[in-house]
Amino acid sequence: MSQDVLVVAEHGQGKFDDITFEMLGAGKALAAQTGGACVVALIGGSDLASQLGAADKVVTVDGEGLENFNPESHSAALAAIVESTSPRVVMIGYTSMGMDLASALSVKADMALAASCLEVQAGDTVTAVSQLYGGKLNVKTDLGAGPCVVSMLAGSSPADAGKGDGAPATETVAAPATDGKVRFVRLIEPEAGDVDITAQDILVAIGRGIGTKDDIEVAEELAEELDAAIAASRPIVDSGWLPKNRQVGKSGVKVTPKVYIALGISGAPEHIEGMKGAATIIAINTDKNAPIFNVAHYGMVEDLFDVCEELTEELQDR
Amino acid sequence: MNTVVLLKRVPDLVEDLEVDSSGTALDSEHLKLTLNEFDDHALEQALLLKEGGGGEVTAVALDSEDVDKMLFTALAKGADRALKITGTGAVNGTSELAEVFAQALGSVNYDLVLTGVQASDDIDGQLAPTVAAKLSVPCIEVITGVEAGDGSVTVHKEYAGGVLAEFEMTLPGVLGIQAAAQSPRYAPVSKVRQIQDSATLDEVAGAGGDNGKFSIVVMTPPETGEGAQMLESVEELIAVLDSKGVI
Ligand SMILES: Cc1cc2nc3c(=O)[nH]c(=O)nc-3n(C[C@H](O)[C@H](O)[C@H](O)COP(=O)(O)OP(=O)(O)OC[C@H]3O[C@@H](n4cnc5c(N)ncnc54)[C@H](O)[C@@H]3O)c2cc1C
Repeated sequence: MSQDVLVVAEHGQGKFDDITFEMLGAGKALAAQTGGACVVALIGGSDLASQLGAADKVVTVDGEGLENFNPESHSAALAAIVESTSPRVVMIGYTSMGMDLASALSVKADMALAASCLEVQAGDTVTAVSQLYGGKLNVKTDLGAGPCVVSMLAGSSPADAGKGDGAPATETVAAPATDGKVRFVRLIEPEAGDVDITAQDILVAIGRGIGTKDDIEVAEELAEELDAAIAASRPIVDSGWLPKNRQVGKSGVKVTPKVYIALGISGAPEHIEGMKGAATIIAINTDKNAPIFNVAHYGMVEDLFDVCEELTEELQDR
Repeated sequence: MNTVVLLKRVPDLVEDLEVDSSGTALDSEHLKLTLNEFDDHALEQALLLKEGGGGEVTAVALDSEDVDKMLFTALAKGADRALKITGTGAVNGTSELAEVFAQALGSVNYDLVLTGVQASDDIDGQLAPTVAAKLSVPCIEVITGVEAGDGSVTVHKEYAGGVLAEFEMTLPGVLGIQAAAQSPRYAPVSKVRQIQDSATLDEVAGAGGDNGKFSIVVMTPPETGEGAQMLESVEELIAVLDSKGVI
């Protein structure tokens, strides 16, 4: 085992996702603790290597079937990079792609794993802090001396620390053969909707606390008074109560309005990922311990219906 | 197509979670467990596949408090068989749990294994890809659509921004379900009771599950930084909106 930190780059449609630079920044800080190098694993898209100036080294695997993410072939490619570089810590995004890679690597390479991590430290052993229980508890784990895998939450470190204009050495590992049991077919872009919630000044966002589809009306009336658009957490969209283009979060969109009013949203990490950049966050929730109050600037422990109705009436009277 | 659904009970996040005096575990006295919501979606997706193209659905869970009721509920919703894995004692984390499930699946005839994309207590990773790696079968996580084919499934995997990737996967294999094609169905209490009186749960002795590679140092509520400024009335809320220049 070396003392290196291996950061698994994530990219799609010809560009890196923010998580790549966030992990590169965090990976450099961790490598300073281990005394090793910060190496990036770049699977497919080796032409993007020049954007990884902050890395000490880039190891690429390219070849047929790696142009688009494929859980099977990308897992095999990552295993080959891990075998050739023998890192102490492998950093993978806690993202849709990373969820396929991290657990598989941990089993196949017999490495300890901590998921949903906010931070990682290395001394004699590697420790990680995972954000779990819907954001209600942080769990610090000891992963032993290494080698180990950590999957990092999006937004847990600043992306700027992972940007730089060096020219890291590049190494290539041959693409391993796979059984071809998983085959990429196509990408499907979401349909453009009636409203672009990323372009709004004010969003009234509803969560499962709204209870029923019919009750969305209460939030809509408030939104109308405020000249705001309606956004939502994932369960509202999964229930088919609002279209997908209204979903804020990890698998929805990132929004940065002037004011974000969260009604009956608990504040799961996957939701917070999409709205923590709002200038002012106001949360209304009946649970005083709801994690949403940890990111909100203003909070009210109240029934959302009482607040909505009173606020709408007051605004109408103005 | 025969589908197995792996069901897991997790702490109910609606309740307050208390850490016990060791600082490394949840206080079991105050703990209320509930079915992982994404596993409920996995069960729904399995039932939809059965209704669309036949085959059997088997619900599998580890023995724990109230697990019988959860498994009878799965039968009441339309699962054909429920399998309870007994005698494992405390299972620590996803890797150990996956080992137990993988061993139990040795006695089950399946084409497809479905489980939730994640659980709120997944310290060491997700169940679907961990079980798949232990079974040496393919897996895809974050699935929002499944269509049965001949010896394969065609699925939609969700990325950020609502972008979907379509894949074909040769069976047998595992999928981590984010959302079923429709909201999970509801089983009326009367029907669950009726099933409880007429059906039986199959049991298999658990094996494996001592291969955990991490230890918990401490569990703490997140640091809140400044925290939210709490408002006591709608007047105060209006004053905030006013000060931000949005009304
Ligand atoms: C891979 C992946 C991607 C995901 N992507 C997203 C995403 O993009 N966006 C997203 O939002 N989620 C996403 N999720 C889901 C996420 O984990 C949570 O399940 C979801 O955010 C919870 O939504 P919620 O807060 O509306 O519901 P809940 O967590 O059920 O919270 C409801 C809240 O309403 C409160 N409440 C109830 N009644 C009232 C009332 N009358 N008045 C006031 N408050 C009330 C409750 O106290 C509770 O806090 C994703 C999950 C996964 C695994």
